[in-house]
Amino acid sequence: MDLIWQGIVQAVRLILSGDPLVLQITWLSLKVSAAATFLSLIAGIPAGMALALTRFPGRGLLVALVNTGMGLPPVVVGLFVSIFLWRSGPLGVLELLYTPTAIVIAQFVIAAPIVIGLTIAAVQQLNPKLRLQLLALGASRGQLLWLLMREARLPLLAAVMAGFGGVISEVGASMMVGGNLLGHTRVLTTATVLETGKGNFDIAIALSVILLVLVFGVNYLLTWIQQRGRAR
Amino acid sequence: MTEPILDGRDLRMQYGGASVLDVPAVAVGPGEIFALIGPNGAGKSTLLRILGLLERPTSGVVRFRGRPIPWGGRDLLAARRRFACVFQEPLLCDATVEANVALGLRFRHRPAEEVAAQVRTWLTRLGIAHLAGREARTLSGGEAQRTSLARAFALRPDVLLLDEPFAALDPPTRAELLGQLQALLRQEGCTTIFVTHDREEALRLGDRIAVVVGGQICQVGTPAEVFGRPVSEEVARFVGMETILPGRILANHDGLLTVDVEGARIAALGKVPVGDAVLACLRPEDVTLRAGDGRAILESARNRLDGRVESAIRLEAQYRVEITCGPRLVALVTTQSYEELGLGPGSPVVVTFKASAVHLIPR
Repeated sequence: MDLIWQGIVQAVRLILSGDPLVLQITWLSLKVSAAATFLSLIAGIPAGMALALTRFPGRGLLVALVNTGMGLPPVVVGLFVSIFLWRSGPLGVLELLYTPTAIVIAQFVIAAPIVIGLTIAAVQQLNPKLRLQLLALGASRGQLLWLLMREARLPLLAAVMAGFGGVISEVGASMMVGGNLLGHTRVLTTATVLETGKGNFDIAIALSVILLVLVFGVNYLLTWIQQRGRAR
Repeated sequence: MTEPILDGRDLRMQYGGASVLDVPAVAVGPGEIFALIGPNGAGKSTLLRILGLLERPTSGVVRFRGRPIPWGGRDLLAARRRFACVFQEPLLCDATVEANVALGLRFRHRPAEEVAAQVRTWLTRLGIAHLAGREARTLSGGEAQRTSLARAFALRPDVLLLDEPFAALDPPTRAELLGQLQALLRQEGCTTIFVTHDREEALRLGDRIAVVVGGQICQVGTPAEVFGRPVSEEVARFVGMETILPGRILANHDGLLTVDVEGARIAALGKVPVGDAVLACLRPEDVTLRAGDGRAILESARNRLDGRVESAIRLEAQYRVEITCGPRLVALVTTQSYEELGLGPGSPVVVTFKASAVHLIPR
C-alpha cells in the first residue's frame, strides 16, 4: 500500500512541479491520440453512415469485418504498420517509422473500425421512417445526412469516446511503431511500461494517474456535451 | 376534371417479384382532397409515397403539373419541395417544437424573418404556440402530431400528403384534430392526398375517394358514389355494406326488381336484366327490426322478412345483430330498441328494409 501512496504523492509532486519531461510526454499523448481520433472520425463517420444507409452486395461481410476490427489487438496493428513503414517496406521511403506520425497512423487504424462500427449502430437505431420524412420535407442529400447525424449525436459522441479511449490507452502499437524514444515518441503508456520495468513504481504510478485524469477529463467533457439538455 | 396537378401512369411496384401495386392511371385535381381508402396492406401508402416522389416505382411515371418528374437530380428535389407530408408517426427531430416546424423552410434556405413568421403563424393556427420552446420528445401524441401538421402547412405546399395522420391518436384527440384539419384544408384550399383506413375520415374530408384493394384502385368517385354504389364485393365490404348476398333477378316492373336471394324474394331498384346474377348489398343501418309478434308494421319498406336473431354484439350505443331469415342479414339496432324489444339470441323478429336500400352489383 505504501508503494501506491508514495506513487500518488510523487504524481501530485510531478504534476504540480510542472516537470518538463512529464508535461512533454503528456502533451504528446494527448496530441497523437486526439489527431488519430479526429482522423478516424473524419473517415469513420461518413463510412459508417454509408454502410448504415445503403444496401449493396457484400455489405453484410463488410459490416462483420468492421465489427471484428473494433476488437483489433493493438500489437497486430503495430506489427503491420511497422512492416508497411519499415525502411524496405511499401511505405519505407516516407521514413515515418519511429515518429509521432507513425503512432497517429497506427492509432487511426485502431480507432477507425470502432468509430465506423458505432456509427453504423448509431444511425441504424434511428427510426427508419425519419429518413423518408426528412426527404418529404425537401431535404437535399447533404441536409438529410446532416440531420441524421444530428439525430444520432448522442450515440455518435459515445463513438468519439470509445475511439479516443481505445487509442489513448493502447501501448503495443505505440511501442512498436514509435519506439518509445525519449522526447520524441515516448507517450504516457509506453513511459509507464518502461518505468514499471525499471522498478520505478512511483513514477509509473504518477504517469498512470496522469493518464487516468486525462482520459477522465476528455470523457467528462464529451459526456457533458452529450448530456446537455437531457435532464428533462 | 380540369388539368390534374398530380397524376400517375402505369404505376407498378414490386417487392421481391411480388406485385404490390398496379395502377394504370390516377389523377388528382388542383385544390381537391383525394382520399385513398382501403384495408391495411392494400398498397395505399405505397401509392401515396410514389405520388409524393418519395419512393421510386418499379415502373411508371408521375407527373406534376403535367411534367413527368425523372427520378433523381434537381428536378426531383425541386418537385419534392412543392410537397409536404405528414405520416402516422409525427417523426419529429430531437429539437424544440419551433425548430421542428422551421425545418422544411430551413431546407429551402428561406430568409430567417420569413421562417420565424411562418413558424409563429402555424404554431398559432394549430393551437400550440405555447409549446414553441418545448423539446419535441416531451410532447404528447396529439401535440406531436399538431407539430408535424404545422411543419407541413408552414411550407405552403402545392400538394399535402397525409398518411393515416390520426391512426395512432386516442379517439377524442383524433376527433378534435380531424375537425381542425378539415377547417384548415378548407381555408387553405391546398391539394391533399389523404390515406386512411377509416371510412368516416374519408367521408368527412374527401372530395373524391379511391378505394384501393390488393394493390389496385377498384373504384374512384365522390363519397356518395363510392359509399352508395360500390362496384365490387371488395369495395362494398370496405365501405360498410355488411350484408352481401348472391342472388338472381326474377322480374322487372318498371325498374322495381324482384330478386331471389337464397330462396327469399326481395325488392330492389336498378337496371339489371332479368335472369342475371347479382350481389345484393345492404348497410346494417338500413335494416329495421321489429319484434316478431305480428304487430302491425307501417312502412314504405317493401321488404319484410321473418327471421330469428342469431347473435348480437354490443357496440358503443348500438347492437350489431345477425339474423337468419333464409339469407343472413346484419342490422344495427340502438341499445334502447334492442332492450325494449326484448331481443336476444333466438328471438323471432321481422326484418324490414326499403327497396332503395338494396344495392345490386352485377356479377
